[in-house]
Amino acid sequence: MAVGIGFRRRLDFLLLVIAILSAPVLSDLILSKVERQIDLTSQIARISSTIKAENDGSSSVSEILLAIPELQAKNLAYLTARVIEGKGKARTSGLALTVEPANPKGMPPALSFYSIVLPKPLANGDSVTLDVLAAFTHSLRPFPEKITQADIHLVLFQDTGHYLSPYPVKVQSLAVKLPQARIESYTKLDNTKTLGSEIKYGPYENLPPFSYSPIAIHFEANQAFAVARELVREIEISHWGNVQVTEHYDIVHGGAMSKGEFSRLDYQSKPQIRGASAFKHLVAKLPPRAHSIYYRDAIGNISTSHVRGDSKKTEILIEPRYPLFGGWRTAFTIGYGLPLHDFVFESEGKRFLNISFGSPMHDIVTDSITLKVVLPEGSKYFSVSTPFAVQQEEEIKMSHLDIFGRPVVVLKKANVVPEHNQFFQVYYKFNALAMLMEPFMLITGIFFLFVTCIVYVHVDLSISKSSASYLAKLQWDEVRATVQQIQNIINQCLSTHEKLEASLRDLSRTGDVQACKAARKAADGLLKELSKELKPLIAFLQSTPPAAHILPKVEELVAKERELQERLMAKHSTIVDSYEKKLGGKETENRVASVQQKIVALRQDIEDLMEYIDEI
Amino acid sequence: MASPESAVNGPTMTAGAASKSLRNAFGGVIAFIILVLIGVLAFSIRLFSVIKYESVIHEFDPYFNYRVTQFLSKNGIYDFWNWFDDRTWYPLGRVIGGTVYPGLTLTAGTIWKVVNSLNIPLSVETVCVFTAPIFSAFASWAAYLLTKEVKGPGAGLTAAALLAMVPSYISRSVAGSYDNEAVAIFALVFTFYLYIKTLNTGSLFYATLNALAYFYMVCSWGGYTFIINLIPMHVLLCIVTGRYSSRLYIAYAPLVVLGTLLASLVPVVGFNAVLTSEHFASFLVFIIIHVVALAYYIKGILSPKMFKVAVTLVVSVGLAVCCAVIAILIAVVASSPTKGWSGRSLTLLDPTYASKYIPIIASVSEHQPPTWPSYFMDINVLAFLVPAGIIACFMPLTDSSSFVILYIVTSVYFSGVMVRLMLVLAPAACILSGIALSEAFNVLTRSIKFQLPGIAGNPSIASEENGSSTVVAPNDIPKTEEAAKEKPAKKNRKKEKENVEKKPTPSKTEKRLLVLPLEASVIAVLLLVLLGAFYVVHCVWAAAEAYSAPSIVLTSHSNDGGLHVFDDFREAYSWLSHNTDVDDKVASWWDYGYQTTAMANRTVLVDNNTWNNTHIATVGTAMSSPEKQAWEIFHSLDVKYVLVVFGGVVGYPSDDINKFLWMVRIGGGVFPHIKEPDYLRDGQYRIDAQATPTMLNCLMYKLSYFRFVETDGKGFDRVRRTEIGKKHFKLTHFEEVFTTHHWMVRIYKLKPQRNRIRGKTKKSKSSRSVSSKRDVRGKRNPWH
Repeated sequence: MAVGIGFRRRLDFLLLVIAILSAPVLSDLILSKVERQIDLTSQIARISSTIKAENDGSSSVSEILLAIPELQAKNLAYLTARVIEGKGKARTSGLALTVEPANPKGMPPALSFYSIVLPKPLANGDSVTLDVLAAFTHSLRPFPEKITQADIHLVLFQDTGHYLSPYPVKVQSLAVKLPQARIESYTKLDNTKTLGSEIKYGPYENLPPFSYSPIAIHFEANQAFAVARELVREIEISHWGNVQVTEHYDIVHGGAMSKGEFSRLDYQSKPQIRGASAFKHLVAKLPPRAHSIYYRDAIGNISTSHVRGDSKKTEILIEPRYPLFGGWRTAFTIGYGLPLHDFVFESEGKRFLNISFGSPMHDIVTDSITLKVVLPEGSKYFSVSTPFAVQQEEEIKMSHLDIFGRPVVVLKKANVVPEHNQFFQVYYKFNALAMLMEPFMLITGIFFLFVTCIVYVHVDLSISKSSASYLAKLQWDEVRATVQQIQNIINQCLSTHEKLEASLRDLSRTGDVQACKAARKAADGLLKELSKELKPLIAFLQSTPPAAHILPKVEELVAKERELQERLMAKHSTIVDSYEKKLGGKETENRVASVQQKIVALRQDIEDLMEYIDEI
Repeated sequence: MASPESAVNGPTMTAGAASKSLRNAFGGVIAFIILVLIGVLAFSIRLFSVIKYESVIHEFDPYFNYRVTQFLSKNGIYDFWNWFDDRTWYPLGRVIGGTVYPGLTLTAGTIWKVVNSLNIPLSVETVCVFTAPIFSAFASWAAYLLTKEVKGPGAGLTAAALLAMVPSYISRSVAGSYDNEAVAIFALVFTFYLYIKTLNTGSLFYATLNALAYFYMVCSWGGYTFIINLIPMHVLLCIVTGRYSSRLYIAYAPLVVLGTLLASLVPVVGFNAVLTSEHFASFLVFIIIHVVALAYYIKGILSPKMFKVAVTLVVSVGLAVCCAVIAILIAVVASSPTKGWSGRSLTLLDPTYASKYIPIIASVSEHQPPTWPSYFMDINVLAFLVPAGIIACFMPLTDSSSFVILYIVTSVYFSGVMVRLMLVLAPAACILSGIALSEAFNVLTRSIKFQLPGIAGNPSIASEENGSSTVVAPNDIPKTEEAAKEKPAKKNRKKEKENVEKKPTPSKTEKRLLVLPLEASVIAVLLLVLLGAFYVVHCVWAAAEAYSAPSIVLTSHSNDGGLHVFDDFREAYSWLSHNTDVDDKVASWWDYGYQTTAMANRTVLVDNNTWNNTHIATVGTAMSSPEKQAWEIFHSLDVKYVLVVFGGVVGYPSDDINKFLWMVRIGGGVFPHIKEPDYLRDGQYRIDAQATPTMLNCLMYKLSYFRFVETDGKGFDRVRRTEIGKKHFKLTHFEEVFTTHHWMVRIYKLKPQRNRIRGKTKKSKSSRSVSSKRDVRGKRNPWH
């Protein structure tokens, strides 16, 4: 197969050569030294090049072109360049330079170009050292494309051995770092040597522009090929003190497709051999003080996760429901809350959110990310500043008790690598009073609920005020009120009776006959008054027809009460009498016994009647 | 002694009616607050599952309901009615809109819609999880209303509190148990309440509401036939015992007319509302009540003498007509093979029916008759209180209390037939126990109350009752105070309710004074409180430990106290949903059908809606056939994956091997070449060395134990506690594609058809074998 690849490569090369021959020399720039290092230890191919450029011509140069073969260009996820100042240990990298796609005329079509704008134009004879970092996704092609559980996972990486550049290169070298020492095969050019898990090409000297020598490296790779085909990250700001982040992942194992059986037995007994190509967990590095972390999918909570936290970070290790073999997919959601004051700041009357862009997962490739920043309801004048280009949209989200909805800034980007985890800012204006709107709404809602209840209870809602049933109801109300009054009076009578009894007990204790007599007199007067009050009420009841069925009971009640009254008086006088005559206790008891029985029976009757009337 | 008495007695008397009315108003407020608290209790006691596990849909049927609700909330009501589900019963499919009781789904869908229109973004799942607890609060309020109609508010509150935490109902309505019964019990009790209310008031308004509540019940659960048979029975009882009244007529006639019309609007019932025998009783009684009404009317306008003449005339003619009509009816009913009854109803009438004729009904564990301990587990002390409640209902016997008695008697019978119908018994038991408790407290507290002021205020009364009460009195006051004090101290609803109950109790009109000795009543009150406390403790235990497990997630405690989670089912379903093609068909035993469609979103052959016995038998046959025949059956059904549940590694007892006897029985019931004795050794299903060759070669055995022996070298099955019979074997027609972490779910893929074998000799051989095979196939494989 290597032959096949090589053949195609050679064809490419031929085309390139043809193209290159026809290309004009661009400028007088010479790259005096290029050192490239390709890091293949993860699924992302990171190529960092240190380029020393010299201006050999007469006019000053303000930009440097980078050439990337079309094949790789579509996998290019990230590209930055920095100026390096100083030498050796003292070297420091400066600010990132602007890198933008360029389309210079007369260049071969199989290449895409990016131009680095230098901070200051390069005059004749001057030189500048640049550090260029490019990250490519999906450039490690699994080969063979389908493996079984027990096979080793091999991938193929292709690039050029010579630095592809529109400028002549004086000295260059290339180092390829692989994850493991096991290398299936690699293209040997002159000056190639391996050193453990590293392959070194070069140095090569004085190569013309557009030199290209394809290399292919076929090696074992067992690192996690976790690819998030889609990631939706929702960041919701609440000014009550929380920034809620919710991330929906759709993950696929991007390595060689698994074919045939999956045996749990093999996987469990020899995970290193029979499951080497699978990954069973992912690590996410969340900001410190992340709280309320959850991890679930469409069918519920996933219980296999561990959280470790310290003051610098919160690390969460999540295991998908099953280990992922090549081509297997899974989907899940993680969510966490962050303290507001760590991420939202205020400057010049505006608030801004400052949070990192990409996924917090370790070494994950995101094919397409949709980032939604949900601003609190009532935010205005928002703007976004990102360190790289993104597609931007706006929408409205209705959430808890919203009236107008919350403005949402939607940012979309394809092909995202961990290098994109840079801070971006969303500026917006928000009045803190708007926070109180929802509680206020709730309070008013409940208040009006109560008001309606009160109104409903107090308002007469009957439609016709002259209908018979309505009048009957009114009359009935009156009757009830009257009965109530009668009951009141009877109760007063009863309490007077109690007083009489009490006076009798006082008598037995103190022997004060006079006081007892006085009590009787007072009670007598009171009872008389009460019976006087009773008369008009009874008369009223007699005159109203709806009271007809209740009347006999009421009359019975009044009669019974009167009888009770008389008996009590009789008992009272008998006892006082016998006291005056100094009769013995036994004898007194005998004398009142019959009366006493009657009294008890009457009391009971009255009580029953009262209950009965009550229930009406 | 005098001063405390006047302090106690004086104010109550002087305040008099004012305090009484205040007490009534206050009692109303307290009753309201208690009802709210009962609602909160009913809701919160069901949250153990969410707290101990997670907010997730439970078990099997709820997953189907959840899926339907999702569809409803996504596509709207019209699409829902017309929904033809092609994900299930492949290749037949199922018309969901026409075969499902839509009450629960529509309820949850409406709640979801209302909540979302208020901009409270709850997911459909959350709404579904919490529907059951919400409705159990409603159910306890309905129980309050019903019991209040029967025996007053005291009994009502007690019954509501008992129902709020009765374990039987909790078992079907914990958070996540999103099943029809959750709302149906509310609908059942509420319908009964409205019936009693109509019976007590004779108001057409309530009669109409009753028909609507009945409609809701019909929407919610097949158990509505219980209502439409119980109410006619009660009406008949009333008529027979001479309690016919216009109120009875108003309570019954509109219910039958409106109720039947409304019921036939529900697609799943449709014309069954007039055609099946389950509804027959209601129409018969409908005719009878009209005849009786006519008789009463004629009696009213004729003189007694004339009436007698008329009676003899009508009875002689009427009997002849009746006999003719009944004969025709019987003939019509008898002409249908099942006598017009559905299998489940017949099972109720004849408990041995299912085990004789329909193994599929018998195979469901909830259709088995309950054991005695399950009564104690599910209704606990209520079982002892119910008889007392029945007695209380007889004094005095009213229309409403006779209904309650009828309700308990029938539901006790039904619960004896099927465990599942314990759920119908639970509300009846709660209502009657509520009545019993409340009556008991009524009597006891009244005798305490009667004697306490009696001692102080009226020595002579006390001496009548109890000669030496003056000695007892001082001891007693603190005692009751103590009792009163300890009640609020115990923090459960029952105690509070008892306190309230005490307030209305003395105000009850009781002509006969049932006064018990003071000590006895105090002790009895304490014992009753203790009984109540025991009940509460049991209910909380049942809610927390016994009934809150969602059954798709299992947990076990390791020795060091750690919690081990077995989440294999969701692991497998998740794998299926992400790593197989959307249109792949998955075969499994029907228990897992609902879960597979809901969680994995894959097409299944059979599911928990066991309406097609033949199809289930086909799967059963495949599972109990040798590999090749099974492959042919599955292949003819386009099956791509076969899912089996296997508990042998971790000791999960309800796995497919333990359910295997039903696969054989149901399969053999339709395809006679599957013979149960082939799988039995000494009348037992065995998988050890004693097992029959048929057993050891059937697909279920092979799929369950494939490479099992390599786990421990011996192949020791932890469920069956034995070493398996056949240890080393290879699969020829299936390949393992996924096995979960604890081996509980194993998924196999059908291998593609072999290529034709080339070569002369083999060709002749194969042609011969094919021809011979065809004969075999004709017998074995129902699909060829």
